[in-house]
Amino acid sequence: MEPILDIASLVLVLLGALLCVTAAIGLLRFRDVPQRLHAATKPQVLGLLLIAIAVALSLREWVVVFSLLPVVLIQMATAPLSAHMIGRQAYRNGDVRDLVVNELADSPDEDPERH
Amino acid sequence: MNVDAVRTVLLVAILVAFAVAAALTIVRIARGPSILDRAVASDVLLTEVLCVLGAEAAINQHVRTIPIMLIIAAIGVFGSVAVARFVARRDQEGQR
Repeated sequence: MEPILDIASLVLVLLGALLCVTAAIGLLRFRDVPQRLHAATKPQVLGLLLIAIAVALSLREWVVVFSLLPVVLIQMATAPLSAHMIGRQAYRNGDVRDLVVNELADSPDEDPERH
Repeated sequence: MNVDAVRTVLLVAILVAFAVAAALTIVRIARGPSILDRAVASDVLLTEVLCVLGAEAAINQHVRTIPIMLIIAAIGVFGSVAVARFVARRDQEGQR
């Protein structure tokens, strides 16, 4: 049983590492900030979650699970925050082009000329 | 199939994947073009550091890196928030 759990944890770590690779490829190949943000936020939650499960499978103790839980929860709380700030600033800088629907166009607070 | 052989193959694959991811992210940090692209890329690099610390704990079966992971997850957000909040609009005008 133990070797199976070890191999399973290594496979989960490998999946997390592959998510990091996809984020890096997305960063290189996408054209502007929002698209790169889309690629970048994948490993921040799912990759970390996979690796936290891998650590828990590898060590097999409840203490480890309860110390990894705040790591994942804090990351889930803060990753959207930074993505939101960067996306908003990109919009204000005029980095966001080719929008199909721009609901912020009528908002006086989000006029790109003002910021 | 031998468990040790499977383990070795997986370890090599993990190392290569993390190395490629970090190298590609550093390329994006270096090329830019705007400071927001660099902020996004350095956020990804920080996430990769977080994942590497967790992977190291899982592979070597110890808990020493988990407090570091907690601190990085808690304060890593401030870097990109600070950059996004105080980025100058001038930065963009020089590019076009």
